[in-house]
Amino acid sequence: MQQIVKRIIFFAALLGVWEAIVKLLGIKPVVFPAPSNIFQALWKGFADLTLVYDLLASFERLIIGLAIALLLGTLLGVILAGSKTIDDTVGSLILALQSVPSIVWLPLAIIWFGLNEKAIIFIVVLGGTLVMTLNMRTGIKSVPPIYIKAARTMDYNGFSLFAKVIFPAAIPHAVTGARLAWAFAWRGLMGSELLSTGPGLGYTLKFASDFGDMALVIGIIFIIALIGIFVDLVFFSRIEKKVLKKWGLQEQ
Amino acid sequence: MSVQIVQISKKFHHHGTDQTVLDQINVTVNKGEFISILGPSGCGKSTLLSIVAGLTKPSSGKVLMNGDEVKGPGSDRGVVFQQAALFPWLSVEENVMFPLIKKMTKEEARRRAQQFLSMVQLSQYGKHSPHELSGGMQQRVSIARALAMDPEVLLMDEPFGALDEQTRSRLHEVLEKIWMETKKTILFVTHSIQESLKLSDRILVMGTRPGRIIDEIKVDFPRPREQFRKELAEYEERIQKLLKTEIDKVVKEEENYAANR
Repeated sequence: MQQIVKRIIFFAALLGVWEAIVKLLGIKPVVFPAPSNIFQALWKGFADLTLVYDLLASFERLIIGLAIALLLGTLLGVILAGSKTIDDTVGSLILALQSVPSIVWLPLAIIWFGLNEKAIIFIVVLGGTLVMTLNMRTGIKSVPPIYIKAARTMDYNGFSLFAKVIFPAAIPHAVTGARLAWAFAWRGLMGSELLSTGPGLGYTLKFASDFGDMALVIGIIFIIALIGIFVDLVFFSRIEKKVLKKWGLQEQ
Repeated sequence: MSVQIVQISKKFHHHGTDQTVLDQINVTVNKGEFISILGPSGCGKSTLLSIVAGLTKPSSGKVLMNGDEVKGPGSDRGVVFQQAALFPWLSVEENVMFPLIKKMTKEEARRRAQQFLSMVQLSQYGKHSPHELSGGMQQRVSIARALAMDPEVLLMDEPFGALDEQTRSRLHEVLEKIWMETKKTILFVTHSIQESLKLSDRILVMGTRPGRIIDEIKVDFPRPREQFRKELAEYEERIQKLLKTEIDKVVKEEENYAANR
């Protein structure tokens, strides 16, 4: 059986069993809503456009934050790969910071920027930049030396060597870095929206929770998961596969 | 004369001791000559080629190109490595254009790339990705790329070492034909005695520890040389004897080292 068919059957069964258990045991929607309650809540949210505004607001922050993160990460990665001293010092700091979830910086960000867009975008940037930096650095450091040797015999040095050989050779790592940066940025965004003012998916989730609307809480969790899967599988995985194929790193 | 290698020595610092890899090498290569540098692995033949290419700095001595000292790599010396070293993000044609686009318009570069791709019989494959080609085809692209920049000398570092027997002998023919058509000076590093006898005008036999030239053999049979199998076999035996002494020496050193540990 095809993978997709198996999946559809699995998820349909999961929802069916879930609905049956909640209805049979008479669990209140405030404690644990059934799928039908969740779809109702989502329907209402989309009908009155609150969820649409939330999605737009969240994506705006994400796109701005991720763009800054990718740019900054690429630049930092190039600098780290270029200097052993900077790599040994700043590199170890970035590695240490990378093990801290970006959301814990929110209290500081709020003091610096206030409880507004800037603070949230700061968390998104932080989440994406570090992982992009580390991947870009690895990518540049693992360019096969034979490429550089060959290019040097063809009169490529300095900037032209970097732009035409080293950077393109590092692109497979950069794509992986961008995919991870998106994942970290997305998590950071949802976390900081929970603690901020609206609109935004995270904010509406918190708002629903404050009013005991668990159906909408789980509905928004669904949306967050769906977007995560969609961007990862449909967008990044495809680019990654294409790049790996083009670079000859994957047979098929 | 085209290339002069003057008193080249190379020492590597290794675990606190200096190891002499190349000891006072002197070679003069004439214009249009096909020279093989033949030796057992570890004799420093690839290091010597890398010094001529300008990719490795010698500890002492110098390399002259038409009288000018070599300071670094340059497009007057095209290099073909053991791996084809093609860039995977470029098509075959773009790879051959790579050394040209700095010096001419894109159209001219494309025309020239096509011309050299057809010289290695790959004009059909311009739009392919390098990884879609076999190892032997990739190496032909690499040769086309080196030739396209019209170098004074072609430096080849065991270019067919990673290929199977049939592909190798076919590429010998391709290379011989190119050499006769273009009249390029070729410096060809190999560990295969047959390969060097088949292709070169002159063979420099290198010994090991330290790397030095122990003999120079002129091979002046007309080409193609298939018809002189018997004569070449005598040469082969002679070189084999020369190299055997060298390899025995290495084995003996290893044994002494193991015994004294």
